[in-house]
Amino acid sequence: METSPFFSSLRCRECGRPYPKEAVHICEFDFGPLEAVYDYEAVARVLTRESISARPRTMWRYRELLPIDGEPTVGTQVGFTPLIRSRRLAERLGVSELYIKNDTVNYPTLSFKDRVVSVALSRACELGFQVVACASTGNLANSVAANAAAAGLTSYVLIPADLEQGKVLGSLVYGTHVVGIHGAYDQVNRLCSEIAGKYGWGFVNVNLRPYYAEGSKSMGFEIAEQLGWKLPRHTVVPMASGSLLTKIHKAYGEFAKLGLVDATPATVHGAQAAGCAPISSAMKKGTDLVRPVSKPDTIVKSLAIGTPADGYYAIHAMRETGGFAEDVTDEEVVEGIRLLAETEGIFAETAGGVTVACARKLLEAGRIPRDESMVLCITGHGLKTQEAVAGKCGEPRLINPSLREFDETIGSELGSASA
Amino acid sequence: MPTPIRIPTNLRKLTADRDTVQAEGGTVGALLDDLDRQFPGIKERLCDEQGRVRRFVGVYLNDEDIRFLGENETPVKPGDELSIVPAIAGG
Repeated sequence: METSPFFSSLRCRECGRPYPKEAVHICEFDFGPLEAVYDYEAVARVLTRESISARPRTMWRYRELLPIDGEPTVGTQVGFTPLIRSRRLAERLGVSELYIKNDTVNYPTLSFKDRVVSVALSRACELGFQVVACASTGNLANSVAANAAAAGLTSYVLIPADLEQGKVLGSLVYGTHVVGIHGAYDQVNRLCSEIAGKYGWGFVNVNLRPYYAEGSKSMGFEIAEQLGWKLPRHTVVPMASGSLLTKIHKAYGEFAKLGLVDATPATVHGAQAAGCAPISSAMKKGTDLVRPVSKPDTIVKSLAIGTPADGYYAIHAMRETGGFAEDVTDEEVVEGIRLLAETEGIFAETAGGVTVACARKLLEAGRIPRDESMVLCITGHGLKTQEAVAGKCGEPRLINPSLREFDETIGSELGSASA
Repeated sequence: MPTPIRIPTNLRKLTADRDTVQAEGGTVGALLDDLDRQFPGIKERLCDEQGRVRRFVGVYLNDEDIRFLGENETPVKPGDELSIVPAIAGG
């Protein structure tokens, strides 16, 4: 098989023991996570601003920093979503330089999970898997189902039985095998760890996790490139397992190491829902000991992970960069969704509401100075979690197709100027 | 009465590839000690120098994380089942 000159091996993040590039995700000795290792000197010889700019506008323009051996085969169109300079939300939040990284329009399933899945499934094909699977709070299931269908792979997605309808249907439609588990996400996850060992499937976020997780870096690479090859001073990232935040932080570091951007300070801040805030709680207490939340209780199901795998590393990434964490109530989440929609025309899922609402709190608390550049990571589309805002955005006014009725109901409100 | 313990893939080299083994003990900590007597070296994979379960290891008595129970002091009854599951997964 072709082997990458850039991606050399896996390595335990805790003890540094090397591992071959197989479907293995934890260290035999201390259970630490395995991470992809790159030959950055080799990468630097090939990956320049010019070479990147000349490539197609997808996440694979950074492929030397993604852990596969050959050319990507799954999700080749994923990524390079818009980075929007916000005017109206910036004004409402009272900040001078605000950007929105809009993964609500990521291809093909409208969430950032397409990034991680395209890497995991491209690698799964290289490793010879026919059956792929995942534990998911919804977005990942949608993405595995869609990308597996397009690649001709059989897929199983395991989800908590009480997910939003949009997320369940958004998996079923691709002809995947959806297994609803009576239990919380953490129980689904644990079951998947046991199944992965027994059935020999390629579980994108279990035995393929070292490959999967690296896909999140592409969001950070894109932000830096789209800002004109520089790092944002602040980035606010929603946290479930904490993986996305740690990988965006890693992406900024890799770009700086390769000389693609100047190594300017780039603070990462984490956002959670109050009903499941194990990482934010630990951060606020000043500890890196993440106390699991046994029964998450929030409308933000996509972030409802009580035992976050990367909580410890997310805390260290925030601390190292001078960042903070916040958490917000369900009411604040809905306000955040509406604020983003009404000011920028972007309909985000609940996690997006968390990011906006937490950013507001961080600004109000002075954790983020109002005159420094700031990016909000909006990771999934609102059409998937309609239940969260149903009945909270008003109702349409119903009239008969009659000009008189229109004049009476709408026209009369407009006053004399319109008549 | 022995308690069945489910062993994750990354420790099966130590248990001759068995995915379930039996151990004796009245608490989770005692079960882990007995496990180490049968399969020397397994406890240091699971616990740090102070004997606490490592950060990236999940130990479940029946379906409950022992961090929510009494950690190593959690009592074990006949009919209970212990699972050792890597914590790094998901998200």
